[in-house]
Amino acid sequence: MGWSAGVMENGMAREQKMSLQSLTLTEARSAVVEGRVSAVALAQQHFERIAELDGEIHSFLTLTRERALAQAEKVDAAARAGEALGPLAGVPVGIKDVLTTRGVETTAGSKILSGYHPPYDATAVARLEAAGAVVLGKLNCDEFAMGSSNENSAYGPVKNPRAMDRVPGGSSGGSAAAVAAGLCVASLGTDTGGSIRQPAAFCGVVGVLPTYGRVSRYGLIAFASSLDRVGPFARSVEDAATVLEVMAGPDELDATASPQRVADYAAETRKGVEGLRIGVPEEYFGEGLHGEIRAAIETVLDGLRSSGCSLHKVSLPHTRYAVPTYYVLATAEASSNLSRYDGVRYGLRSKDAATLASMFRNTRDEGFGAEVKRRILLGTYVLSAGYYDAYYKKAQQVRSLLARDFVQAFADVDAIVAPVTPTPAFKLGEKTSDPLQMYLEDIYTVSASLAGICGMSVPCGETSDGLPIGVQVLGKYFDEETMLRVGAGVERNQKG
Amino acid sequence: MSVSVEDVRHVADLANLELTAEELPRMAKDLNAVLGYIAQLNELDTSTVEPMAQVGSGLGLKPVQEEETLRRDVVKESIEREMVMAEAPETDGRFFKVPRVIER
Repeated sequence: MGWSAGVMENGMAREQKMSLQSLTLTEARSAVVEGRVSAVALAQQHFERIAELDGEIHSFLTLTRERALAQAEKVDAAARAGEALGPLAGVPVGIKDVLTTRGVETTAGSKILSGYHPPYDATAVARLEAAGAVVLGKLNCDEFAMGSSNENSAYGPVKNPRAMDRVPGGSSGGSAAAVAAGLCVASLGTDTGGSIRQPAAFCGVVGVLPTYGRVSRYGLIAFASSLDRVGPFARSVEDAATVLEVMAGPDELDATASPQRVADYAAETRKGVEGLRIGVPEEYFGEGLHGEIRAAIETVLDGLRSSGCSLHKVSLPHTRYAVPTYYVLATAEASSNLSRYDGVRYGLRSKDAATLASMFRNTRDEGFGAEVKRRILLGTYVLSAGYYDAYYKKAQQVRSLLARDFVQAFADVDAIVAPVTPTPAFKLGEKTSDPLQMYLEDIYTVSASLAGICGMSVPCGETSDGLPIGVQVLGKYFDEETMLRVGAGVERNQKG
Repeated sequence: MSVSVEDVRHVADLANLELTAEELPRMAKDLNAVLGYIAQLNELDTSTVEPMAQVGSGLGLKPVQEEETLRRDVVKESIEREMVMAEAPETDGRFFKVPRVIER
């Protein structure tokens, strides 16, 4: 049984060897709870797999072995004592490196924060650990979550475990790749304009963007505060729902974290979809959508109809204005948020500066990568004297129009189904030379970000080249329940 | 509306960014491309549209009341000073040290 410490130390062979590639959260937790494997052994097995595979994938930036094993031992001790175990007991997870972890290096994928050890845990991380999760380490991402391919990480790109010459998507590329490769059972990412849903689609895993305000942003290193959200990656909709439920709810450390009721999300995923009204937005199926993705989404829609859903055409007429609106507002907020990196209180400080002013400038020049500088410049420009009304105010007005589109569409339907991305995962280096081309990657994801509604990406097949395809399910404001039900319905139909 | 290298230099100044001679023209080119794309927002007449100043406004949800999200204003334990100061590039343990600001 592996109960006594003696057996655990030299009797690892008696522990059940788990199949990590496909292990679900529910399976992992019950194996730990029922004593088929100890939380310590499960964490060790994952660390071995990371050592074996992650040299090439490069999803982890930091491994938190000590913290993981201490937590796993706590879970095992609680299990031995017959105590009630949390919903994530012994579940190995990874955390995107834009979420702070007390005493553990947190870089946001940027050189400017290299060597930074935050003095506090992000609320989302603290809640996962309080529920028994075992944090294996910090996951690679685009610098300050700015990017759609993970190629903007100061620590090198992540490779897509499903096709090693391809990007995993971004900015939460490491979070998606680690779950896809079986390096952790679930992970946390963040989504500002598509940074959870797009990498989930590219890597063939489930990714959830909760409603703005559903999960506390305390400890999330800010990129664009009116858009940033924390959400889970997992290998099944139910697993993602379980992680979301653990994180969700008000937090006195973030006044935007809403007191709206949190449902039993995992139970919602088992409810079935009969009678639900599904909206299909015509604007998401236009020119530029990859043929095989279009076909896969149509198959998903047929499946939902067979499961008892009714399909309805809806219109989101301002969709084409979402990307330009996003790149005004997100960069404006970023230019303000990133002004705190000045070499005074934490992180990098330029060595060769005689004056305070040159210290600020040299630190920021050495510490920020090209894309971050580009966005700070753009954001500063649109907020600068004489341009504020033409850009920032205009974009805030169009943001209202985009939100109104969804209110009107959701008057007639319970959820919306659409593609996540116009193309499957592209090759490393394919889009790095043209920022505008990269921004257009976000075309189907930014509208939901701007409106504040919830969304998710669910795997729905693959291209003839074997690249994963994801389908996006969008839900009403604070209606994760219905969104997850539809996501689970899509997943059941995939399994046939 | 086109952004010149001089404009980029000005904006970089405002943002406390030091750009190299090679970076300046590249950034001007990129900003022009993105701003050109952003210009399509002008196709929309927004003269009667309220800016979305708060996420979720206009989505038909009951606005959250202040007392629901604001904590009571009482003294509480904060983050330990030692852990914070340990992260500073230069410190005497109590203060952050920076290069001299005033020449004497």
